[in-house]
Amino acid sequence: MSAVLKLHRVGKAYRYYPSRWARILEWLTGLRRHRPIWVFRDVSLSMAPGEALGIVGRNGAGKTTLLRLIAGITPPSTGTVQTEGRVAALLELGMGFHPDFDGRENAIIGCQLLGLSREEIDACLPEIEAFAEIGEYFERPVRHYSSGMQMRLAFAVATAVRPDLLIVDEAMAVGDAYFQHKSIERIRRYQEEGMALLLVSHDPGAILSLCPRAILLDEAKVVCDGTAEEVLDRYNAILSDAGRQSVRVERLASGRAMTVSGSGEASVEGIALLDTENAPMEVVATGDMVRLAVDVRINQDIDDLVFGYMIKDRLGRVMFGTNTHHLKIPITHCRLGQLARLGFTFPLRLGPGEYSVSTSLHVGDTHHAANYEWKDVALLFQVVNPRHEHFVGVCWMPPEAKLDWD
Amino acid sequence: MKSWSTMLAALWRFRGFVWSSVWREFSGRYRESLLGLLWSIAQPLTMIVIFVVIFSGLMRPTLDGHEDNPFAFSIHVCAGVMAWTLFSDMLGRLTTMFIDRANLIKKSTFPRICLPAIVALSSLLQFAIILALLLLFLAVIGHWPGLAIFWVIPLVALQLAFTLALGVLLGTANVFFRDIGQLISVVLQFWFWLTPIVYTTAALPEWLRSWLPLNPMQPLVAAYQRVFLDGLSPDPMSLLPLAMMSLLLLLLAARFFLSRVGELVDEL
Repeated sequence: MSAVLKLHRVGKAYRYYPSRWARILEWLTGLRRHRPIWVFRDVSLSMAPGEALGIVGRNGAGKTTLLRLIAGITPPSTGTVQTEGRVAALLELGMGFHPDFDGRENAIIGCQLLGLSREEIDACLPEIEAFAEIGEYFERPVRHYSSGMQMRLAFAVATAVRPDLLIVDEAMAVGDAYFQHKSIERIRRYQEEGMALLLVSHDPGAILSLCPRAILLDEAKVVCDGTAEEVLDRYNAILSDAGRQSVRVERLASGRAMTVSGSGEASVEGIALLDTENAPMEVVATGDMVRLAVDVRINQDIDDLVFGYMIKDRLGRVMFGTNTHHLKIPITHCRLGQLARLGFTFPLRLGPGEYSVSTSLHVGDTHHAANYEWKDVALLFQVVNPRHEHFVGVCWMPPEAKLDWD
Repeated sequence: MKSWSTMLAALWRFRGFVWSSVWREFSGRYRESLLGLLWSIAQPLTMIVIFVVIFSGLMRPTLDGHEDNPFAFSIHVCAGVMAWTLFSDMLGRLTTMFIDRANLIKKSTFPRICLPAIVALSSLLQFAIILALLLLFLAVIGHWPGLAIFWVIPLVALQLAFTLALGVLLGTANVFFRDIGQLISVVLQFWFWLTPIVYTTAALPEWLRSWLPLNPMQPLVAAYQRVFLDGLSPDPMSLLPLAMMSLLLLLLAARFFLSRVGELVDEL
């Protein structure tokens, strides 16, 4: 199958001129006077029809620039960008809507900018109006719109006719839950018909639910290209600044990657899921009481320590997470060499499937302040449901069912 | 030549966008007003009325060979101002066309060549209204220029080529050096007074008259005045240098535009 998108060693550099006159000199003499500032270099990737790729990275990592390059708004400085078919891009808010014109006129402009013909536009306008669901606002100037309404209209226009490649930058975050569901449904349907999706988002949930694959942009290059789950773990590790010196990836026996980062003042030495008889388990039954036992080794004198854990499903979505700060168990005056034994007992109300536990050791209520250790997939376990009635989903919420006849 | 043809093909493909943008710019200007499109007529109408009142009612300067026509000087001025308005309005808007639409350019991928086309067409639309009013005025006072009126078509075409070439050149450069936009508004003021519009060539001293042909707008304005006032065909030879220059400038502007259009987005 041919690729919808092909990037070959693409790089983008902005030109930095020491002064305004330097550019004139360069234009007139042909001598190079500028210094290139690389946003990223050597990015190669290709996407097949129907594929979905997420792009994550810190602010300023070049995600938006990469999208603009792919959308054809700005040319690459090196390498080649090849796209096949129609590309629709939802960059930031709106598609350059004109505030004085009403929704209908802006929808027409948007369609024209996508290169649709008069007949195509006439055909899909009612569809756009119906999908955006902004009611009478469709006939009102866009300057009266809320950001959510602008997003609705922009999305409705960009996807009025199925593009071969849809580029979405953060826009999904603006809409309300109802519209998000609706747009994700449309994206899924288009994907089945062969549309490729490129998504930039800070919301791991959005990436995980739409993109099996992701890339991580950091420090001017693609540092990670793999399953969305792996990439997001890596991204999390990079996010905490202290962790930047030591991020290492270990392969578990299962082939799953484990990311460990942090400055190392304390570390999780042992972790296990125990049953009520204190026997370690790898397979747990839905609804059973379990205890998460964690041994933390203190490697350096520290005044204040917080231990946190998160249980994630196979897609990396967080099922539950908390820490000793929120649980009001202060761990203070830790001395070198001490071993802290922690236990968390809870009923496992999860549906059948594979789950992982991530752990973190830090100061304060998040791991961003000082990160002693962050471990993704510190523990893997499986949940089965041998005892209770069958159900679907990741949460076990057994109802009391009742039926009355009149 | 390849890039020329792809550029024009892209322009053709987006013609719907161009046409509706022209209409939107035109109607958008009067959108929130009560009288709407009537305002687009009010402006040029006022201009004609003022010139007629001043130059035919109050001051009555006479033109050589038109001593018996009280409206002669008004027509002279109206024809010149009409041509000049098209030129300065279009050049000014071409100079800032990329900067004014930065938001659109940074968010969508339409062919950039649409922008000069939109500006040119919407300036032409405004011009058409002035022209219609002027012709109406000429018909009313019984000074219809006759068949020479058809000369307006090649004259406008030539002016369009010259203005487009200059405007695309300046508009592209203006993105990189914003001084150009400022400079242009200053230069246009001087340029207006250096062109025989509100005065006649005959009124100039001998030594200054020999410099006039260096002004590319002079032969053009003179040609319009000849058509509307004298009802005569302009001398094609007087327009030849401008035509040659426009062609060269057009090639240069296209080359410059094509080589910088990619980099342009990064500077907006």
